[in-house]
Amino acid sequence: MSKLLMYLQYPFVRYALIVGVLISLCASLLGVTLVLKRFSFIGDGLSHVAFGAMAIATVLGLADNMILVLPITVVSAILLLKTGQNTRIKGDAAIAMISVGALAFGYLIMNIFSTSSNLSGDVCSTLFGSTSILTLTTWEVTLCLILSVTVIVVFVLFYNKIFAVTFDENFSRAIGVNADFYNLLIAIIIAFIIVLAMNLVGSLLISALVIFPALSAMRLFKSFRGVIICSAVISVVCALTGIIISILAGTPVGATIVAIDVAGFALCALAGKMAVRG
Amino acid sequence: MSLITVKDLSVGYDRVAVETNIDFRVNMGDYLCIVGENGSGKSTLMKTLLNLQPPIRGEIIYGDGLQANEIGYLPQQTFVQKDFPASVTEIVLSGCQSRSSFRPFYSRADKEKAAVNMERMRISDLGRRCYRELSGGQQQRVLLARALCATEKLLLLDEPVAGLDPKVTLEMYELISQLNGDGVTIIMISHDIQAAVKYASHILHIGDVFFFGTRDEYIGSGIGSAFIGRPAHKGCEDVGTDCSVARESAGTDCSVARESAGTGIEEGKKDE
Repeated sequence: MSKLLMYLQYPFVRYALIVGVLISLCASLLGVTLVLKRFSFIGDGLSHVAFGAMAIATVLGLADNMILVLPITVVSAILLLKTGQNTRIKGDAAIAMISVGALAFGYLIMNIFSTSSNLSGDVCSTLFGSTSILTLTTWEVTLCLILSVTVIVVFVLFYNKIFAVTFDENFSRAIGVNADFYNLLIAIIIAFIIVLAMNLVGSLLISALVIFPALSAMRLFKSFRGVIICSAVISVVCALTGIIISILAGTPVGATIVAIDVAGFALCALAGKMAVRG
Repeated sequence: MSLITVKDLSVGYDRVAVETNIDFRVNMGDYLCIVGENGSGKSTLMKTLLNLQPPIRGEIIYGDGLQANEIGYLPQQTFVQKDFPASVTEIVLSGCQSRSSFRPFYSRADKEKAAVNMERMRISDLGRRCYRELSGGQQQRVLLARALCATEKLLLLDEPVAGLDPKVTLEMYELISQLNGDGVTIIMISHDIQAAVKYASHILHIGDVFFFGTRDEYIGSGIGSAFIGRPAHKGCEDVGTDCSVARESAGTDCSVARESAGTGIEEGKKDE
C-alpha cells in the first residue's frame, strides 16, 4: 500500500490512471452496441488499421502521429460499418480482410523504411502497448481528456437513439429516425476510442476492452440501461486494478488489464448461472 | 382522398424489379392483406411503402394528412433481437422517437403513451421483464405496442404470426382486428390465406397474377379460389362459412384451455 502511495506521487502514474479509466469507460459504453450489432471484431480490425497508419506516420517522420492515424481510422470505421449490411463481402469478412491487410502492410512498411535500431521493440510496443501509457505527455493526457469527455457526452445525449437504432434499425428508419446518421456517429466514436485505446493496451488487445465488459454485464443484467451502467463499472474497475497491479508487479499494462477483464467475465458468467438456478 | 394511393409502382432491389405494375389504394379504416407466393415481392413492397428503399418506377401518394413518418411498423424478428438485453418498457418507449426528433430524452407524455399502449396490448405486467425471455406471442405484442407509440393512423405488419402456435396466432389476429375496430388502418403481409379472407376488408394479391379488391371479390375470383384451395364457382358463402365454423370451434377450444391456464389475456376477452 505504501508502495502504491509512493508511486502515486509521480505524475506519470496519475496520468496513466486517469487515461486508463477514461478510455476503458468510453470503450465499454460503445462495446455494448457493437457486441449487439454483431460487430465485436470491429475493434480488432480498426486497431490494425490504426497500426498500419501509425507505421506510415512513423516512416514519414510526422511529429504527431494522431494527425494521420485518426482520420484513416475514422474513414475505415465508416466504410466497415456502412458495408456491413447489403454487400457482397459480408461484415465479418470485410473486417477480417482490412484487419489482416493493414497489419501486414504496417509491418512491411516499418521493416523496409525503418530508421530505428530496435525494430521488433517498436512493433511490439505498438501491438501490445507495453509501456506507452506510462510515458504520456501532458498534451496527450489533455487530448485524451477532451476526446473521452466528448464521447461520453455524445453517448448520453444520443443514448435513446442509439438504443433504438441498435435494437431495430428498420423500425427506426420507418418512423423517421435518421439511422444512417447514428450509424455514422457510432462509427466515428468507435474510431476515436480505438485510437485512444492504442496507448493503453496496444492494438492487438483493444477488442478485449470493447467486448469483455459488455459481455460480462450481459450475463448479469436484463435491461439495456442496466447492461450499459454495469459494463461501464466493470470496465473501470478492471482497468484500475490492472494498471495498479502492473505498476506494483512490473507486468505489462495491456496484458494485465485484459487478464483482469477475462477474470471479471468468468466471475460474471458464474454469477449469472447461479442467479438463474437460485 | 385515400390514405395511400399506389400508382403503377415497381419495387425491387438494385434497380432490378421484383414486382411491377402495382396499383392499389388504402382508405382510412381499411384492413388490407397482402398475399402472394414466396419471393413475389411482398416484403419489398412493404419496405418501399415505408420509404426504406426507393421505388424503381411509379409513385406512392400519401393523403389525408398522413406524413411519411406516421406509419407504424411491425417488422419480422431479426437475428439481433434474439438475445438483446432490453426491458419491455425500453422497447415500447423507443417507438415514441418519431416525434422527439431532437430531444435526447423521453418526456412524461411519451412515458404515459407507452404505458397506455402497453395496457392496450395487455403487457403492462411485463414492463420490467427482459424481451428475450418472453414467448413469441408476447414479443409480438411488445413490438405492436411500440408501433402504436409511433402512430395511431396506419400500421404495417410483416407476417405478424410467423412462428406462433395456433392459439397465440388466433389471439394476435383478434388483437389486430380490435385495433382496426379502434380506427387504426392495417396493412398486413400474410401467408395465412384463411385468416386473410376472414379478417381483412381488402386483399392485394401480387406475384404471377395481380389482384386488388375487396375480400368478397377475391373469394369469388379465379386466383382467390385457387389460392384458398376451393373451386371458383362453388360459391363464396361456402368458403366463408366453412372456415369460420372451423375457426369458431378452434376459438372456443382455445378459450377453454386458456381459462384453465389462467394467463393475463382472458380478462380482456371476458370484458368484450
